[in-house]
Amino acid sequence: MDWSFMTEYAPLFAESARITVMIGGIGTLLALVTGLICAWIMYFRIPLLRQIAAVYTELSRNTPLIVQLFFLYFGLPKAGVVLSSELCGIIGLTFLGGSYMAESFYAALKTVSVSQIESAESLGLSRYQTMRYTVIPQAARAAVPPLCANVIFLLKETSVFSAVSLADLMFTAKDLIGMYYNTTEILIMLAAFYLLILLPVSVLFSLLERRMNRGRI
Amino acid sequence: MSGNIIEIRHLRKAFGDHVIFSDLSLTVKKGETVVIIGPSGCGKSTLLRCLNGLEPIQGGTIYLNGKPLEYGRKSLVKIRQKIGMVFQNYDLFPNMTVLQNILLSPVKVQKRNRREAKEEAEQLLEKVGLREKADAYPDALSGGQKQRTAIVRSLIMHPDILLLDEITAALDPEMVHEVLDVVMELSRNGTAMLIVTHEMAFAEAAADRVIFLDGGRILEEGEPQAFFHSPQTERARRFLSAFTYSES
Repeated sequence: MDWSFMTEYAPLFAESARITVMIGGIGTLLALVTGLICAWIMYFRIPLLRQIAAVYTELSRNTPLIVQLFFLYFGLPKAGVVLSSELCGIIGLTFLGGSYMAESFYAALKTVSVSQIESAESLGLSRYQTMRYTVIPQAARAAVPPLCANVIFLLKETSVFSAVSLADLMFTAKDLIGMYYNTTEILIMLAAFYLLILLPVSVLFSLLERRMNRGRI
Repeated sequence: MSGNIIEIRHLRKAFGDHVIFSDLSLTVKKGETVVIIGPSGCGKSTLLRCLNGLEPIQGGTIYLNGKPLEYGRKSLVKIRQKIGMVFQNYDLFPNMTVLQNILLSPVKVQKRNRREAKEEAEQLLEKVGLREKADAYPDALSGGQKQRTAIVRSLIMHPDILLLDEITAALDPEMVHEVLDVVMELSRNGTAMLIVTHEMAFAEAAADRVIFLDGGRILEEGEPQAFFHSPQTERARRFLSAFTYSES
């Protein structure tokens, strides 16, 4: 094991980790917003928008992220739209993640039974109040575990960004392997940096889950 | 019409082609406890759900204190404050404590002062023996305790009438009693109630009037004594005999 090599290139990894976190973070956050909007449309069966959301989720979930990225990065310029690698990464992740988020938020909303809603309505609560005080708090609790899974999944998916020459962790690792053939060291560093990013996310979500389960059996 | 809390005239309710009531009329007077019994699928629960606006009706009129019910969203909110409903499966909100469950509607819907509502909630909880459970979550309560909480949650709205939809059907036998005691007390105090139940002994004790519903029609109606001991129709006799076990 070449430790000096690892210490030498640690700052480079740290810089690419920053890019992974930044692009991954923004993309995941936008995916979350997209997911919330789509789940709301699906839950209230809003006409027209609902059909659009359905087409979007099928398209998004049944095509690989790398294909989506290639389309954005190599396809769009042919139509005169040139996007930077960073923007492609963010848009691609949002497009992919939005559907996963939408499905899990929709499922979480659906866990709240019809009888709970009727119970709220029979107390005179308006539709808004029913959502605000009974449906959303219960759905939020149900949504935490799948949300955690989605966030981790999306952050890991950033590893294909290198295909559109975004200088993320994977890109740096491939670059260094190509130059120095220190495969073992580089792969260990790569795995370590991904862990460094993802473990705190896992921990954060389990804390959140525990907090939301307070007072419950 | 004065003195009638609820008056149902020529109610028609159907789910698609499936007609539940073609022409049902019924009144509940002030302070009266009316018990509806009948076989499964006879429309008992549907009737209560129509009164509360959970089911749209296809014909006829329902009067509340002499005024016809309207089914617009705004008026439903008003109606539901006047017509309390308790369900078979309690349907307390698991994300709130007992006290929060009870205070939700008075504070958010009726815009009452929280402190004043809380005082009343505590008094009501005391009455049903749940004072010390105010801060517990529903998951930590027994079925009977949940149902008593659900009754308090309705009562605090000061409804003109309480609809109870098989509120003991999901309870263990031992817990049925504690819930029925609360209802019995309400009946004695003159709370108007329309009760759907399969507890015949309770129906006989609590009811001012019993209605026997079958096939969407009122087959028999009368004083509990008369109904339970000398039913007029063969159908009612057969129904009641099912509640006493005898080897055939």
